[in-house]
Amino acid sequence: MFPTTFETWWDYALWLALMVGASVLLLASLLIIIAFLLLMDRKVWAAVQLRRGPNVVGPFGLLQSFADLLKFVLKEPVIPAGADKGVFLLAPLVTSVLALAAWAVIPIGSGIVISDLNVGILYLFAISSLGVYGIIMGGWASNSKYPFLGSLRSAAQMVSYEVSIGFVIITVLLLVGSLNMSAIVMSQKTGIGTSLGLPSSFLDWNWLVLFPMFVVFFISALAETNRPPFDLPEAESELVAGFMVEYSSTPYLLFMLGEYVAIVTMCALTTIMFMGGWLPPIDHWLINWIPGPIWFLLKVTFVFFMFAMVKAMVPRYRYDQLMRLGWKVFLPLSLAMVVAVAAILHFGGLAP
Amino acid sequence: MALTALFFYLFAAVTVMSGLLVIVARNPVHAVLWLILAFFNAAGLFVLLGAEFLAMILVVVYVGAVAVLFLFVVMMLDVDFASLRAGFIRHASVGALVGLVLLVELIMVLGTRVLTGAGVGAGAVKTAVTDPNLTNTEAIGRLLYTQYVYFFQAAGLILLVAMIGAIVLTLRHKEGVRRQSISVQNARTPAMAVEVVKLAPGQVIVPSGERRG
Repeated sequence: MFPTTFETWWDYALWLALMVGASVLLLASLLIIIAFLLLMDRKVWAAVQLRRGPNVVGPFGLLQSFADLLKFVLKEPVIPAGADKGVFLLAPLVTSVLALAAWAVIPIGSGIVISDLNVGILYLFAISSLGVYGIIMGGWASNSKYPFLGSLRSAAQMVSYEVSIGFVIITVLLLVGSLNMSAIVMSQKTGIGTSLGLPSSFLDWNWLVLFPMFVVFFISALAETNRPPFDLPEAESELVAGFMVEYSSTPYLLFMLGEYVAIVTMCALTTIMFMGGWLPPIDHWLINWIPGPIWFLLKVTFVFFMFAMVKAMVPRYRYDQLMRLGWKVFLPLSLAMVVAVAAILHFGGLAP
Repeated sequence: MALTALFFYLFAAVTVMSGLLVIVARNPVHAVLWLILAFFNAAGLFVLLGAEFLAMILVVVYVGAVAVLFLFVVMMLDVDFASLRAGFIRHASVGALVGLVLLVELIMVLGTRVLTGAGVGAGAVKTAVTDPNLTNTEAIGRLLYTQYVYFFQAAGLILLVAMIGAIVLTLRHKEGVRRQSISVQNARTPAMAVEVVKLAPGQVIVPSGERRG
């Protein structure tokens, strides 16, 4: 996608311009899509509770997220007197920048990726494990009890569930034999379906082979992004709004943005690892005609819909139950699956 | 490559700067945050060296897990700055001695590298990365699981012992602590918890334990 040899000063300039242009395009479309996903989240939630949801701003309330954006930007940012000003303002920036940085390695179509790293999934894992810093810094810098408690909860929760996410990623890697995101998608062209003589279809994707891991990953992704039913850091009945209590205006907006970008990143990761990325559900000329990024978007939207349904239907966990689920259920389960998958691949002669 | 050099100086300068600020910063939480920045830039230096796998593992393990625990501990401490600074002069000589020893050792290591033109034990490593088609991760994996498999297993064993040691040191079974049993909680049914009482008009409910004849 980009020139790789640099001879003159112009090559550098061209490369820089292409890189910046592609990044801006990706981020702008990502943010606009997230604005509508946010609306979808609220609409789904409302529909489950037999409400109408936001329906005033624009047709069907389509412009609600943009109205919220304007509202947040135009409000006064309040910094508490006892707060550590630098860290307090740095925290939301860290959260949102890190969340957006993850999208550098996510392939949205065949070859359509900003940087096709050969350790792509490890990069994504590293960046998502850094997301906890924004929350800890915000909670500590607020110099207030509830934010601090919220950030401690959040940090412990994210660190716990990262372990099982790591093991789930390892099982996928064992199956694929590469850390490259595009390679992970391409390896899902063949699988259970094709081994039975069927054409390449959705039966080849990893969700079927690794179904238990798919479930573990989905639930861990909910916990990792502090989504309900695991939104303990901002459990309003216990901690007001968790680490965000003291935040207002644009810093609050950045926190919210970072959170939703992280959620969509997790949806994208689920799509890439388990649902065949940009691959069409059935290998047919009519369906192949629809471009890959559209399929990718549809799949991400589907996973996000499941996130929204979980939020609408499942009651919130208690904190000790959350920790128990992470350490005593998911960790042994995913570790056992790593061993089992490795053994099957090795002794079955199926290793890539 | 001019670009690589530019990024090297950027990462190196930020690493050294934030390393300095770790020890200069008055607030211990700020010190840990600077330490995290130093780790992060060291990962950047690894990427420039072509060791992407190491860079990512550095970020995942040190920044994502170890530094979080540092930050936890430091945030929970109520540090009294005045008492910390009180003994500065008294301990300065010991600190300077340790620093001097470290400096001399560093110079010796770097000196041998410059003199012989190679690092210590470089001969053994050279056999590894010969195939240009191998990715970084595969190259490390092949070396680690073939040539160094016993060292790798020994390192794993040491970590296991350390983990068990940490658990043994901190695990205490206190008397009189009421613990929850999830299976008992889940096995509870309405029949075990709810008592249905038929009330005649004007009758008063008396808890079943204290019911009088």
